[in-house]
Amino acid sequence: MTTTAAPPAPGAPRTAPRRRKWTPSRSKLPYLLVLPALIFELLVHLIPMLGGLYMSVLRLTQFFLRDWLNAPFAGLDNFAFALDLDSAVGSALLKSFAVTAAFTVVTVGASWALGVFAAVLLNKSFRGRAVLRALFLVPYALPIYTTAMVWKFMLDQGDGLVNTTLGAMGVTDGETFWLLGNNAFLSIVITQVWRLWPFAFLVLMAGLQSIPADVYESATVDGAGIWQQFKSITLPMLRPVNQVLVLVLFLWTFNDFNVPYLLFDQSVPNSANLLSIHIYNNSFITWNFGLGSAMSTLLLVFLLLVTAGYLAFTSRRMKDA
Amino acid sequence: MHEPTWFRVLRVVGLVLLTLFVVVPLYVMATSAMKPLGEVTDTFEWVPGNLTLQPFLDMWSTIDLAAYFLNSAIVSVGAAVVSVLLAILAAYAISRYEFRGRNAFRITVLSTQMFPGILFLLPLYLLYATLGQATGIVLYGSKLGLIITYLTFSLPFAIWMLVGYFDTIPRDLDEAALIDGAHPLTALWKVVLPAARPGIAAVFIYAFMTAWGETLFASIMTDSDSRTLAVGLREYSTQTSVAWNEVMAASLTVSIPVVIGFLLLQRYLAQGLTAGAVK
Repeated sequence: MTTTAAPPAPGAPRTAPRRRKWTPSRSKLPYLLVLPALIFELLVHLIPMLGGLYMSVLRLTQFFLRDWLNAPFAGLDNFAFALDLDSAVGSALLKSFAVTAAFTVVTVGASWALGVFAAVLLNKSFRGRAVLRALFLVPYALPIYTTAMVWKFMLDQGDGLVNTTLGAMGVTDGETFWLLGNNAFLSIVITQVWRLWPFAFLVLMAGLQSIPADVYESATVDGAGIWQQFKSITLPMLRPVNQVLVLVLFLWTFNDFNVPYLLFDQSVPNSANLLSIHIYNNSFITWNFGLGSAMSTLLLVFLLLVTAGYLAFTSRRMKDA
Repeated sequence: MHEPTWFRVLRVVGLVLLTLFVVVPLYVMATSAMKPLGEVTDTFEWVPGNLTLQPFLDMWSTIDLAAYFLNSAIVSVGAAVVSVLLAILAAYAISRYEFRGRNAFRITVLSTQMFPGILFLLPLYLLYATLGQATGIVLYGSKLGLIITYLTFSLPFAIWMLVGYFDTIPRDLDEAALIDGAHPLTALWKVVLPAARPGIAAVFIYAFMTAWGETLFASIMTDSDSRTLAVGLREYSTQTSVAWNEVMAASLTVSIPVVIGFLLLQRYLAQGLTAGAVK
């Protein structure tokens, strides 16, 4: 993530002289300084990831788990199995992928839109701005399991707030099953948007404050209206912030496991069956870890391709602009 | 800047709607936590009939909430402390030194954010089990294993944010200390760290929040002795019923420390998060 983002040097060129080498006798020091962080990253992320890639070519069922290194080699069978769209496994994976993609597009779009909307509305100082700003950030700070609990409670079919209120207003009959069937999709979307948009707001607010006020002043003198200013100043100036923000929102949402896991317990409806849940169930419920690893590997490859393409595309656009 | 009327109306309407969106679930959490069980499981009422603090007392005995709370606290503080320490060292190297592999290191660390957790969950479990057999250090199912796992989740962002902070501290300051003969680590400790204090606090709360809320690995990597809140709170639901008022009381209680910490430090967190992107 953010690997090709600009070097994090806010103001560094202004306040600091150019980087230069220290005396050679100290040259081992930087390696020693990054070593502890590197060791832990290797231990928890890189080695297990390589292990996961290796598992994807093994016939790794529960019979071999104790001695997993000696599990029979399966070649690309797991991948062929996962991608065979005629089989139940393949079509289920494709369906889960489609649900995840739709969930990601809707959630990231809505979170970003709410975030930019709130950031623009709160950009000028007025009484109560600090209070609103703090309030809007609370959902992001709440632990996800408490957020999911309260939404689950509100979406309860029998006596929940949502049905009670919608029923009383006459919008629905007040007996909708929000946590079952296709409605489950709406439930994961609203829960994820509720907790994610404040993060977009936080980052965009900081981004807006880095836009100098005199840019807007001269635009006002030139007769540009608020909407024109937003389109021709705010959005272009936010591009570097957006590049990283949208990518982070995308990766978090596409990999999300928590929301459906916490909202639905063991029985996640198909319409909310995100890839992480799907893979988790294929690994830990059916105990076919080789297949689960193959699916995870496909997910990783997909994310790598999207990220690389996205960064190449957005970086070019920023250079052109 | 002159604002047309439509924009002022939009501001008021927009802010009211956003406030409702944010506040309603918080209101439900707070009021449901203070309702008797009979009332909370009945049809939802906006205005509670009877207010009671009993759920805040009962929640400790229905499940072993105190143990889960303590486990979460140990794991989260442990992960946050180590994460911040490691991030300080690494960020100092990246901010102040030009060295071979510097960019490779940055890319490696940051790209770990992209890995689907589900891909390395099982291999990590097997690795911990194997290391445990080989060395006798229990990582699987232990708080130590969770601390190690969680600290790596926050480490990439922590390093990224701290590099941003360190870069804004004039290098003349620590160079002056070095010219006086101080060791670079002394310069880091005495000059850079005091100036970066808000950034370090923000990174700490970020790392703490990450560990406090983690659910996926907690669901596999904990046993009855190391169970954290993420897993433990589900025990309020039984086959037949859910003690919703106690769930909400417990949710409120476990949220307050992180929410307060986050709100106090969010300004610095935002600066750190955008430091890499805004130039």
